[in-house]
Amino acid sequence: MLFYRLLLHLYPTSFRQEYATEMCGIYARRRRETSSLALPFLWMAAIFETLWNAAAVHADVLRQDLRYTARSLRRSPGFALTAVLVVAIGVGANTAAFSLADRTLLRPLPFPQSERLVKLWEAVPGYTRMELSPANYRDWKNMNHSFEAMGACTWSDVNLVGQGEPERLSTAMVTSEILPMLGIQPVMGRVFSGADDVHGASGTLLLSYGLWQRRFAGDPAILGRKLLLDNETFIVIGVMPRGFYFPNRDAQLWTPLRLGPDNYQDRDDNWLQTIGKLRPGISLAKASADMAVVTAQLERQYPKEDERTYANVYLLRDDVSAQSRMLLLALAGAALCVLLIACTNLANLLLVRALQREKELAVRTAIGAGRERLVRQLTTESLLLALAGGALGIVAAGVSLPLLARLAPNSLPMEQASLFDWRVLLFAGLLTALTGIVFGVAPAWRVCRNSDLTALREGARAGGGKKERLRSALVIAEVACSVVLLVSTGLLLRALWKLQGQDPGFRAANVLTMRTALPTPKYDSTALRSEFYNRVLGQVRQLPGVTQAAYISFLPMSMTGGIWPVDVGSHVVGRTAAHTASLRFVTPGFFATMRIPLRMGRDVAESDTKDRPSVAVVSESLARRYWPNQDPLGRHFKMAFADHTIVGVVGDIRVRGMEIGSEPQVYLAYKQVDDGSLTGYIPKDLVIRTDGSSAALAPEIHRIVRAADAQQPVSNVQSMDEIVASTTASRAVEVRVLAAFAGIAFLLAALGIHGVLSFAVSSRTREIGVRMALGAGRGSIVRMVLWRGAWLAAAGIVPGVVLALYAGRTMQALLAGLKPYDTATFLAATGLCLAMTILGCVLPAWRAARTDPMHAMRLE
Amino acid sequence: MQAESFLPLPSATFHILMAIASEDRHGYAIIQDIEQRTGGALRLSAGTLYRSIQRMLEQGLLVETSERPAPELDDERRRYYRITPFGAAVARAEAKRLTDLLSMACASGFAPGRA
Repeated sequence: MLFYRLLLHLYPTSFRQEYATEMCGIYARRRRETSSLALPFLWMAAIFETLWNAAAVHADVLRQDLRYTARSLRRSPGFALTAVLVVAIGVGANTAAFSLADRTLLRPLPFPQSERLVKLWEAVPGYTRMELSPANYRDWKNMNHSFEAMGACTWSDVNLVGQGEPERLSTAMVTSEILPMLGIQPVMGRVFSGADDVHGASGTLLLSYGLWQRRFAGDPAILGRKLLLDNETFIVIGVMPRGFYFPNRDAQLWTPLRLGPDNYQDRDDNWLQTIGKLRPGISLAKASADMAVVTAQLERQYPKEDERTYANVYLLRDDVSAQSRMLLLALAGAALCVLLIACTNLANLLLVRALQREKELAVRTAIGAGRERLVRQLTTESLLLALAGGALGIVAAGVSLPLLARLAPNSLPMEQASLFDWRVLLFAGLLTALTGIVFGVAPAWRVCRNSDLTALREGARAGGGKKERLRSALVIAEVACSVVLLVSTGLLLRALWKLQGQDPGFRAANVLTMRTALPTPKYDSTALRSEFYNRVLGQVRQLPGVTQAAYISFLPMSMTGGIWPVDVGSHVVGRTAAHTASLRFVTPGFFATMRIPLRMGRDVAESDTKDRPSVAVVSESLARRYWPNQDPLGRHFKMAFADHTIVGVVGDIRVRGMEIGSEPQVYLAYKQVDDGSLTGYIPKDLVIRTDGSSAALAPEIHRIVRAADAQQPVSNVQSMDEIVASTTASRAVEVRVLAAFAGIAFLLAALGIHGVLSFAVSSRTREIGVRMALGAGRGSIVRMVLWRGAWLAAAGIVPGVVLALYAGRTMQALLAGLKPYDTATFLAATGLCLAMTILGCVLPAWRAARTDPMHAMRLE
Repeated sequence: MQAESFLPLPSATFHILMAIASEDRHGYAIIQDIEQRTGGALRLSAGTLYRSIQRMLEQGLLVETSERPAPELDDERRRYYRITPFGAAVARAEAKRLTDLLSMACASGFAPGRA
């Protein structure tokens, strides 16, 4: 019998209470009629029958509740709409934040056994993530015991010519180990084998799916086709599948990386991105320990080149910059705050509604509805509201994701996330259900617990003191959350302004930039290059609206590498940050074009040719570092295999963007380099200063370049302003999103305060009437309401400020040197909160003051 | 509410209505009556019975009666159910529907009887 009684618990309580006794009676009779041999059959039958019927009864109840809910929500559309919007905001913000964080921080990379893929970096004091030199790469690969395979890759953009308009293509050069290590098969053809990356083998290449479709219209006969890249012939040996990205989303084709004897000469020439695959069972820690042994051994062998050089090993998955990670975490935290506020608002709304319906609920109790049945009814209602809000929120997230996607770094080898995949939908669904249940059941339970007949008494005051305390607590939580959000947003906003307000060292306005990357070996000859530059620059300077133009190896803020050790003889030379500088070759006029101030001496000149001693223009910080309080002009230093004489000193610029500090800069004359050496530093970025009058210069310059060399593509047309802004772009987007979140939170909290106060006022109408009848003035009534509002705000602001201090300290790394307890920000945020309180108080206070004592007392 | 809007009746509902057509019965009596009338072919489970009864109460097809049968027949722990006039109307409508259906089946030769 116990067995059957337990089974009956599958039915809704109301049903069980009604019929359990009778059902047990029937079961008992059945049992008496059944022989003990047939008992198992009776049990089985009872189980199946109960499962089926209990489900049906639940469905009946649900149908009833839904009908009832629909009726009652139709009667109060304002409430329904507000509740749905509140949930939509909370779920929408979190769905968007989750889908972004999921893609950037959580989701595994789309490679088999991706948890064994790692990235290896060289680390020296001052630099934690430095590419490997080929010699160190070779030795690490041969000496380690932790990796099943190790491969290297690097960037080498190429000009694709002979196929219509010449085009600049992002290319990754990879050693033959890389693609098999990633475990991705081509859709057509084969990947590189060991035979492809030996020195002197004929050129082979792999096309990305996108390039194959775009440039070759998905030609199925593409295999074996010869393509001309930088005047070298390459044979297409395969096409990689759609959605394959490596090493990041930019690469459009892959060529073999061939390391020859020349590459192994200089152990300090770091340019290889290195990927390894851990042996099965080897942990990241073990591999790091193993690499420490390897690097220690190499340091003993090469005490000068490998001085204090260590290996940093990260999971490929985690190769996201600390800043991106923290920005996303801050975003997720803010979204959570918004959800919390939205939920407390929802709970508040439902509580008010339940209190207003106290009488109705009491009547239903009186005519026999059980408490469980009422709670269930109210829960159905809140779940329905949450579901509608959740659906709306997912749509909102879908609409806003393209904006948010700019927060995700481009460096991960994976596709842009589609929003509506199952993980995100599951997350949104869980969030919605949780919101509906947790914040719906609590108020329902709260009300139904006391739903006895007291509420039926005429004139009973709606909402007891206890309930008001709960509602006040909810509002206090909202205020606290909004303080945290407002302060965090304020801090990040001030940090952004601070960064953007920094002097980059040059004037970016009215500077247009573009890239004409001259291919080698075609342009190995310095003389040939000079001819090209002079022709292009000469004609560009003639264009109307152009005031100055020049070439440089790499634009500031677009390429942050090109760092070399500086040797001034007396100092210890090492690769540590204290002894390096960034190296660029420039044509005369670069500093004037960029408005980089010349402090001393002269610019490089056309007369600085190969047959004359090499001259250098250095930045002030370099001069200060080696010759403090001395005249740096005429001093010598060694860098990049040659000796240079300082002829000029210029102001420092922020080579690494607005976010981080930069090494000192060294500029060399574009003609003073041997043919075919330092080809990576061939000037390719054209900077043009205009007077702002001419809008469409790019087509004109295109024409000039084509006239100089018909096979030379022009790429990366950007204004210098755009480049500067892009270095703080992800932060700017983040701040905008946070500001939107904070704005929403602010409004919701104001709404919450307004709700509590107006409810308090309306439920105390009689009390206010009595007070007024006894002589209280309107002023004192208004003061009473305002006082209550101020109390709520203060109670929220105090814990909010404490939490905000904590949040500020957590994201200190993002604050660009701003103190996390920045007084101005805190004052502004608390001021806003007070303003919000007053905003929320105004209407209830006004209504209270207008109470007509006679009318209010007549209600008695 | 139109009686026709309930048609076709679920078979359990129709059988329950037939079982209480002539006299008030409690749950177990209803099960027994149906079992006898169908020669043991239909034996309602307690769950099906009370689920149907709950729905029929809401629909107004039957009521729980406060009048008890003669003391010697009464089982005081039990609840007795009585068909309502509306319930009877619904049952009649269902019967008519089935009769019409049957005569159509006869006309097309699927069932024995007059064409």
